[in-house]
Amino acid sequence: MAVVFERPHALADVPMHYCPGCTHGIVHRLVAEVIDELGVEGNAVGVASVGCSVMSYDYFNCDMVQAPHGRAPAVATGIKRARPENVVFTYQGDGDLAAIGTAETIHSATRGENITVIFINNAIYGMTGGQMAPTTLPNMVTQTTPYGRDVNTAGYPIRVCEMLSTLDGVALAQRVTVDSVKNVIAAKKAIKKAFQNQIEGKGFSIVEVVSTCPTNWGMSPYDAIKWLRDNMLPYYPLGVYKDETKGDRLK
Amino acid sequence: MSKDFNMVLAGFGGQGILFAGKVIAYGGLNDGKEISWLPSYGPEMRGGTANCSVCISDKTIGSPLVVTPDVLVALNLPSFEKFIDTVKPGGTVIVDSFLINKKVERDDVNAFYVPATKLAEENGIKGLANIILVGKLFKETGFCSEEALYKAVEKCIPARKANMLEFNKKALEIGMNS
Amino acid sequence: MSERFLMKGNEALAEAAIRAGCKHFFGYPITPQTELAAYMSKRMPKIGGTYLQAESELAAANMVLGASAAGVRAMTSSSSPGISLKTEAISYMAGSDVPALIINVQRGGPGLGGIQPSQADYWQATKATGHGDFQILVFAPATVQEMVDLVSDAFDMADKYRMPAMILADGMLGQMMEPVEFKEEGEKVLPEKPWAACGHHNQRKHNVVNSLYLTPQALESLVKERFERYEKIKATEQRASEYLVDDADIVLVAFGASARVAHSAVDMAREQGIKAGLIRPITLWPFPTDCLKKAAQTAKGFLSVEMNMGQMVDDVKLAINCSKPVDFFGRTGGVIPTPQEILDRIIKFGGEL
Repeated sequence: MAVVFERPHALADVPMHYCPGCTHGIVHRLVAEVIDELGVEGNAVGVASVGCSVMSYDYFNCDMVQAPHGRAPAVATGIKRARPENVVFTYQGDGDLAAIGTAETIHSATRGENITVIFINNAIYGMTGGQMAPTTLPNMVTQTTPYGRDVNTAGYPIRVCEMLSTLDGVALAQRVTVDSVKNVIAAKKAIKKAFQNQIEGKGFSIVEVVSTCPTNWGMSPYDAIKWLRDNMLPYYPLGVYKDETKGDRLK
Repeated sequence: MSKDFNMVLAGFGGQGILFAGKVIAYGGLNDGKEISWLPSYGPEMRGGTANCSVCISDKTIGSPLVVTPDVLVALNLPSFEKFIDTVKPGGTVIVDSFLINKKVERDDVNAFYVPATKLAEENGIKGLANIILVGKLFKETGFCSEEALYKAVEKCIPARKANMLEFNKKALEIGMNS
Repeated sequence: MSERFLMKGNEALAEAAIRAGCKHFFGYPITPQTELAAYMSKRMPKIGGTYLQAESELAAANMVLGASAAGVRAMTSSSSPGISLKTEAISYMAGSDVPALIINVQRGGPGLGGIQPSQADYWQATKATGHGDFQILVFAPATVQEMVDLVSDAFDMADKYRMPAMILADGMLGQMMEPVEFKEEGEKVLPEKPWAACGHHNQRKHNVVNSLYLTPQALESLVKERFERYEKIKATEQRASEYLVDDADIVLVAFGASARVAHSAVDMAREQGIKAGLIRPITLWPFPTDCLKKAAQTAKGFLSVEMNMGQMVDDVKLAINCSKPVDFFGRTGGVIPTPQEILDRIIKFGGEL
């Protein structure tokens, strides 16, 4: 009998700790499928960040390094500079990438560091129990914005892809989501491109995945997807913000 | 020769104080001595004061920071005033008398006055007052052998500035003959 | 014997690291270690290595974590305020059993402090280079030649024991020039690192370099295992140099720059007929307790001389179990003590014994 669906080899056969309905599982699978399809598992080194995806080092079958909070791009830089032949990727959440690790994100991007960054934007700190993230929407209620995010005191969310698209070192900055089959397919394509870019030496590639956190949003997985479409996507429009893979980049 | 030399060279940044110290240090090293060279360092990049401590000894050198020098080479008035009282009795003081119009008031040190900056200009080697004073210091103290001194200058001038070598040797001679 | 030439301490550290097989340097500018990074920026491209000026000390140290986790020899250097920022990565490296070399060319503190030489980071280096239960190897060179020699040893021991190592220098040692000699060793053969995360090439299970252990018992047993390693290091790797200690009534204890000044003070004391000696710890962790214990059998008292307000003095007391009087003399804020003021203290302390 023909096998039509199976676990990607790069994805470990272990129970994940993610909550029901969380989109981390889907994105993990997409990353693993891409690693399989490109045949780079033996060459890949992933960098786990701090947050819900901290234990991703147990979920990917390639070599993994666990980085301090926000420093995944710096750790990945170290690995890539030491071993340019490795395919190096980070897997980071919004608190990690856009708050504590903003400097590392921007500078690895502007250096054109030849790494791949998978960025989960679910507008909240999941692991610590639902505090405001740099991407928390205006008026959104979290544990630390109990009256809703007041932009007068807590400021505005950061649109990471738009911001990074201004940097010459960035090869690819693309925002995707995984709320539907169509979008999952598009997300995988983007992730594959981000890895392919690295293999071809094109430089820093980031794929931002607009994601859900049903638990900390206080919704059912179904409602969370609906909320994502109604609230997240208008603020964080999907699309390709930068794609230098065809044009001539400023050298 | 078994005498120890603990020297302070001092002046403005840009006068080649640190370079002169390095030449002296290499002179000692070429004679097989123990050596240390310690610069002052501070926030100013240009025009501030610059000084360095150089020790030449047969023994292990303890503190490289010279507090009571037996040799002071002064290239400006503030440095002269700052360090003149620290010189050990019996010590040697070399003064660029073109830039410092003061005499040493102490009578327990050997003072020598060389208008080095003026001599350098007159001889077409502007900027090498520092090395003229090293020549004078050599003549008065013999802190290293003559061969070691010339080798030191060769060592301190990078190959790409080979044309500077002759000027520096000329500066040493002017100092020795002053 | 190869030729001796004059080199600044900072540059000698850099050259020694390259000769020890380090091809990956990640830095961030700070006085008074700048020449080290500048030297690396000149040399690394020529040997096919990496010189990277990071966006911060935090990033630089984490780049070292990444490169070391990938199995190469990597290092960073900084001065006191920058080291505080690097402690995050140092703790993670210790917790992940990753070797690396960190150089601290100390300056006065706390805060932005000053830029003149200091030894005020002794506590930080030996007790708490970050959060958590851990130690790092700490070496304290006192000459430019020793800086050269210890860099190589520090890398070797860091690899052997899988832990970070630090060279604790200071602005004086970093800025001064002394004659150095590099032994001609040829290309250094580096140890295999089967634990490194550099791709499993479908030959083994995946390697994970990690410091997260959510089960308390698992974390406890790992930390205990690490501390057993530390005990072995304490038993075998202590280093100190002794000067006129055998018949000394007063034994000075000093490391690095202050040991040089103390050495001069001992000579001055001897000229006056005072039986002074000097123990100079070369490893600050492991602290050379054996050497101090031995000296405590004959010495009447110990005088710790430091360029801080009295940090190592605690370890001196602990090493000899307070069996003899221990005095302290120090200057801080970037002030280098003079041999005379140390001599004065020796005389005063001697009178009290």
